[in-house]
Amino acid sequence: MTDTNATTTGATPDSQGPLWEVFTQAEQGAPHEHAGSVHAMDAEQALQNARDVYSRRGEAISLWVVPTSAIVASAPGDAGPFFDPGNDKAYRHPQFYKVPRGVRGL
Amino acid sequence: MEQKPQASADEQAHVAAFEARIDAGESIEPKDWMPERYRKQLIRMMSQHAHSEVVGMLPEGNWITRAPSLRRKLSLLAKVQDEAGHGLYIYCGTETLGVDRTELLDQLLSGTAKYSSIFNYPTLTWADVGVIGWLVDGAAIVNQTVLAKASYGPYARAMIRICKEENFHKRQGYEIVATLANGTPGQRAMVQDAVNRWWWPALMMFGPSDKDSPNSADLLRWKVKHKTNDELRQRFVNLTVPQAQAVNLTLPDPDLRHNEETKNWDIGPIDWDEFYRVIRGEGPCNRERLEARREAHEQGRWVREAAAAYAARHSGARATQVA
Repeated sequence: MTDTNATTTGATPDSQGPLWEVFTQAEQGAPHEHAGSVHAMDAEQALQNARDVYSRRGEAISLWVVPTSAIVASAPGDAGPFFDPGNDKAYRHPQFYKVPRGVRGL
Repeated sequence: MEQKPQASADEQAHVAAFEARIDAGESIEPKDWMPERYRKQLIRMMSQHAHSEVVGMLPEGNWITRAPSLRRKLSLLAKVQDEAGHGLYIYCGTETLGVDRTELLDQLLSGTAKYSSIFNYPTLTWADVGVIGWLVDGAAIVNQTVLAKASYGPYARAMIRICKEENFHKRQGYEIVATLANGTPGQRAMVQDAVNRWWWPALMMFGPSDKDSPNSADLLRWKVKHKTNDELRQRFVNLTVPQAQAVNLTLPDPDLRHNEETKNWDIGPIDWDEFYRVIRGEGPCNRERLEARREAHEQGRWVREAAAAYAARHSGARATQVA
């Protein structure tokens, strides 16, 4: 009866539910950081589970949950060539530029 | 035919690069290349650790309804909830190695997975709850503080999270122990009896002696572990003896004495036959623990089914709205 829907959400009748990645913001103005993952049937339950698992002691003032399947990550093997375009441009760093002796505040 | 030497040369190059990273103190992340044996050993070790946290809720959960005061009850509830959380952190870490939590839970419920043998001992009195917090969580902290530097990133991060929370467990346990130790003669006798029963099983938590530990060499070489079982056990003994003395409790080991040369507290021989008996399933509570776990799993089935049905209905409703 619920089989078609269950398949699309990755859940079977007795399962732990699909996996969600959890991001917590520790304080106002701080970035959200990856904390871990939870299993949950839907987004609302994922948020509640994330609260119970990753913020029992005020570790978070804000939570994000994202279906793990929605995350696209760079591959470790390609890390060198993939990041090369950014790594070989020394002129993007302030140290690349010469400043006349005695000039301050640059 | 020509493929085979090529593949093994590749494999060797991978292993060399992997071990160079380990030696350089780098952290291994889920998508990095790793030897199959590293992955397998981690899955074994991490899932056993996660199962231990989950089964560990049972001996203490047993006393929640009988805690002697509201303060004690609140603490114990929070501690047991933490243990559930710790299990979830480590299951989450284990899943990054490509194994599903359902599979791990099946192994626990079917009795094929191991968990720490300490949880197969009964909690006979309220003093046991204190002694578990003090000795069992104390031993776990010694272990986990070192595991927080494990080479596998997700495991190390789970351990850091856990270590931050375990100190509360140990202190609430020691507070119970100290209160009973300073109480009536009956309370003193009760807590001494609990210490007598838990001391040796707590020492066994560090696993077999180094010379009999089949998995240690790999785990040490790959820096999953940084200290041997015996080194960690010694650290725990050295920390604990003064804590016992501070509340005038004795430890049930006639050979226990301070070694002036090594500055260690030397202990007598551990009964490894008992350790292996309990691991084999012949401990006092092995069957009871698994039955309680299975029952809890079955009683939770309707919740999982209801949540799945709710999620399915709502995703259906959303789809209709969009259409």
